[in-house]
Amino acid sequence: MPATKFQGSARAAFGFAVVAAIAMSVAHGQVSTVDEIARYRAALQDGNPAELWEARGENLWKSPRGPKNVSFAACDLGQGPGVVKGAYAQLPRYFADADRVMDLETRLVYCMVTQQGYTQPDAMKGPFGGPGNKSDIEALVAYVTSQSRGVKMNVPLAHPKEKEAFALGEKMFVYRGGTHDFSCATCHAEDGKRIRLQDLPNLMTVAGAQKAYTTWPAYRVSQGELRTFQWRLNDCFRQQRFPELIFTSDASIALTMYLARNANGAAFDAPAIKR
Amino acid sequence: MRKHFLLWGCAGVIAVAMVGCATAQSDVDVSRQAAAVLKSSFKANGQAGLDRLDQDETQRLCTQYANKALPKDVAEMIEKLNTASIKWPADGKWLGDWKNGERIAQEGRGKQFSDDPKGPVGGNCYACHQLTPQEVSYGTIGPSLYQFAKLRGYTDETRKYAYGKIWNADAYSACSNMPRFGHSQILTEQQIKDLVALLTDPDSPVNK
Repeated sequence: MPATKFQGSARAAFGFAVVAAIAMSVAHGQVSTVDEIARYRAALQDGNPAELWEARGENLWKSPRGPKNVSFAACDLGQGPGVVKGAYAQLPRYFADADRVMDLETRLVYCMVTQQGYTQPDAMKGPFGGPGNKSDIEALVAYVTSQSRGVKMNVPLAHPKEKEAFALGEKMFVYRGGTHDFSCATCHAEDGKRIRLQDLPNLMTVAGAQKAYTTWPAYRVSQGELRTFQWRLNDCFRQQRFPELIFTSDASIALTMYLARNANGAAFDAPAIKR
Repeated sequence: MRKHFLLWGCAGVIAVAMVGCATAQSDVDVSRQAAAVLKSSFKANGQAGLDRLDQDETQRLCTQYANKALPKDVAEMIEKLNTASIKWPADGKWLGDWKNGERIAQEGRGKQFSDDPKGPVGGNCYACHQLTPQEVSYGTIGPSLYQFAKLRGYTDETRKYAYGKIWNADAYSACSNMPRFGHSQILTEQQIKDLVALLTDPDSPVNK
């Protein structure tokens, strides 16, 4: 497939850029390291393979699928049946039909089950892609989120269940556990910190939450995959030495609600590209 | 006592009328609910079981005071509790091999559900600290440890502090961001001695 070939060569080129950046930084010291990493990040913006996921996702969104052979035309993401434009900028939100606060991934699964006739386990299958195993959910998320690019984040906090999810997410963010005593706040509660050379957003500030949240999903160069916010949370908890966060679980939605709401007012700018 | 009063007060309101209880829901109740929702939102994977979500007293208190100033008496209690947990070396020796220490400081694997349970477990010190000047890829969550003993002296006191701090950071600074490597059985006594050597051996590049 041409897509695979493109990803492979893109990864090789970016890989070379990383090696070059690090080699140069060793020669020039710490200030230069930061400069080189910034230059590397800027170079990434030139072409974003996330477009391949967006195109595949658009096709999935518009094609009849599942046992009932229907498309997502009747799927209401909060802005009316089938409306994708600007929908992601107002998620998560409370959905009366499900009587639950839902993020995008959870809502997609809901539509696949209630409208397309998939079983819950089938709809939840393969949320994160790997080599030779592309995820439909990641592609659908890429397409839907691309339709909010440039739209200001405007996550509602009106319904009692929206308020509850936000309050729970706020608490979960500082919950310490695991072998290492880590919480989200261990790495994401101070400005200007890094893990190794990776900058860490301070998610407890509006500016930090805005910058981070509006740049997910993202094509991850190091993985050759487009990654969603559900993946971002799952992988943070893996590194926190927690057990595995269940896809579309209540905690995943509460944390997403907390971070998305804190990003309100910023223009959504994803799918992005990250190292 | 105060917490109990609040809970009973809330229950009383429910008995009379539902109105008002939601807004009067205490911070403690929200925390309790958050912990319960977290526990139903994870699944065991590999070596990471659901028991990792169970908090010990230190984790519980540090969570409770995460967004507030830690009261002095609570901080002292946490430090005392954790000081008592430090297992000092039986042979009275502090220094291992700094070269092994460097490998342990570089190693990021260990204890993640994606890690081989029989594979290496490191301290991943460089994730948060500067150590040797040769390694430029270091994080900044913790302070720079470059010239650790050159600045503090190559003394038993410095070495004992390094050993104790790595074993249980909360003994020195309640609710530290640093894992309790000995206490939580992440690193062995020998690995901690190797890290003490990385920090306090005059031959270690950290002190050059």
